[in-house]
Amino acid sequence: MTTLKIANKTFNSRLFLGTGKFGSYDEMTQAVIQSATELVTMALKRVDLGAPADGLLDALRIPGVGLLPNTSGARNAKEAVLAAQLAQDALQTNWVKVEIHPDPRYLLPDPIETLKATEELAKQGFVVLPYIHADPVLCKRLEDAGTAAVMPLGAPIGTNKGLRTLDFLKIIIEQSKVPVIVDAGIGAPSDAAKAMEIGADAVLVNTAIAVASDPVVMAEAFKEATISGRKAFESGLGSVADYAEASSPLTSFLFD
Amino acid sequence: MHDFEQIFRQYDWDAIKDKIYACTISDVKRVLAKNSRDLNDFLVLLSPAAAPFLEIMAAMSQQATQRRFGKTIQLYAPMYLSNECQNICTYCGFSMTNKIRRKTLSNAEILLEAMALKDMGIEHLLLVSGEANHTVGMDYFKNAIQILRPHFVNISMEVQPLSKEDYQELYLEGIYSVLVYQETYHREVYKQYHPKGKKSNFEFRLATADRIGQADIHKIGLGVLLGLEDWRVDSFFNALHIDYLQKTYWRTKYSVSFPRLRPAEGTVEPNFVMEDKDLLQLICAYRIWNEDLELSISTRESEKFRNHVIKLGATSMSAESKTNPGGYAVDKQSLEQFEISDERSMQTIRNVIKEAGYDPVMKDWENAYSLRF
Repeated sequence: MTTLKIANKTFNSRLFLGTGKFGSYDEMTQAVIQSATELVTMALKRVDLGAPADGLLDALRIPGVGLLPNTSGARNAKEAVLAAQLAQDALQTNWVKVEIHPDPRYLLPDPIETLKATEELAKQGFVVLPYIHADPVLCKRLEDAGTAAVMPLGAPIGTNKGLRTLDFLKIIIEQSKVPVIVDAGIGAPSDAAKAMEIGADAVLVNTAIAVASDPVVMAEAFKEATISGRKAFESGLGSVADYAEASSPLTSFLFD
Repeated sequence: MHDFEQIFRQYDWDAIKDKIYACTISDVKRVLAKNSRDLNDFLVLLSPAAAPFLEIMAAMSQQATQRRFGKTIQLYAPMYLSNECQNICTYCGFSMTNKIRRKTLSNAEILLEAMALKDMGIEHLLLVSGEANHTVGMDYFKNAIQILRPHFVNISMEVQPLSKEDYQELYLEGIYSVLVYQETYHREVYKQYHPKGKKSNFEFRLATADRIGQADIHKIGLGVLLGLEDWRVDSFFNALHIDYLQKTYWRTKYSVSFPRLRPAEGTVEPNFVMEDKDLLQLICAYRIWNEDLELSISTRESEKFRNHVIKLGATSMSAESKTNPGGYAVDKQSLEQFEISDERSMQTIRNVIKEAGYDPVMKDWENAYSLRF
């Protein structure tokens, strides 16, 4: 299986994890380890940056696992930029997942503010991974703005509905020059496998693992599904034909 | 200008009441089988007909809450700034005619209380006061917020209804959410319970959430005082209010609280008794109807109820609350607004939440999102 490169980092695992919604830090740590992920995202608002020690950060200090702070809670570009700067100072990372969802119901991303924030943060030298709708044109605009990857949604956050945006994800993957990470909505390992099979570079999973009866085993299931899907993609999936091949060829008479 | 009253006027209390009590078991089954539910479905889930389905409703509520909020409970505590009040609310310990010692915290006292709350681990703070506009008005609030902002990441307010301009000012000061309960949506009954003071103006209070929404405040807290009137009818109107607000102020979050009438100095017994099973039905009904609502459970409720509701739909809880100004450090003996039922310490509650397999969250906000540019 090939490795994945985003900015200056190389990843063996193509599964990224979100860290919200777990019932305990211990459960979260175990799930992260079992998933073999190398990148986890956590909401800056959940971290006490001023404190000498923070429970969430301590629980995520796992060898080989990078931190991707996100700006969940920001309603516009200015708030997101400020949050990224705070995260950079406190966590010594210039990686940031831009999440701007002014709509608290479905947590749908604001494309305009997200583009603005990405432009500004990329200019400041951040490695920006924006959470967005599965909008192929927006992805190209983000590329122009200097984004390090794009993170289109499969379905609204937390819904476990799977790849409802499949047709648009395929277009994004076909056109993209930066890694495509399918984020949000992935509800079952089969969804993760499907995303990998169509050529996504990685998937980000949170709710489906955190809320499972056994999050640790579910993390392992997602690890395996992601690997299977990627292997299938790289080994060349047989194409699905929409037409039947007649067992008695219709045109063979030409050669009789 | 948007105003909830235009919608509210289209509904008749008695007609809604009749509708609730006419619901049948087959109505309930139909609603439970749906994938998404509207206000009429909420009405069905509130009805006595839904009571036999409480076990199923609890399971659905648990699942929906976990999916949306995860296995987490946000913790907060109230800070009572003042018990001075110019209103007569016949159920409230702070009511103007009650002969109690009145107290408004000074700057130094606010800080002392803040330090006691910080020691408990509090990051999300709720400021509460009576309604005394001359002594505890906007200047007082802004001063208190400026003192407290450096110490807490998230500050909410539960004070008298204010103007849109006042809410805009509070937003600039960094206030995250504002809670204003209608108490009851029954216009006539409201007037009986609130005979005097600014609060006697039902319509002004009813339009408060609109003013908060127009001021761009992040979250609006609503609720009814359970026990003043029939909780089923009142809760329908509360949901009608939320439904309207969610569509109008779509950037805003909404929370519901469940203040059940508790004994307080000089008050009457609740007219409509709400039992634990009723309260649980109401919580589950809200959750099954609306997966995004934050549902808050205060220390008014018993230890047993609180222990269980952690897993059944609640998203935030207060703990170790004192409902008297200065109750944490300054003046522990002064009179409470209402008697709390669950007196366990913050640390104990955190452990109870952990034992339930949930994460007790102290901090879920960042000052960067409250700075104004």
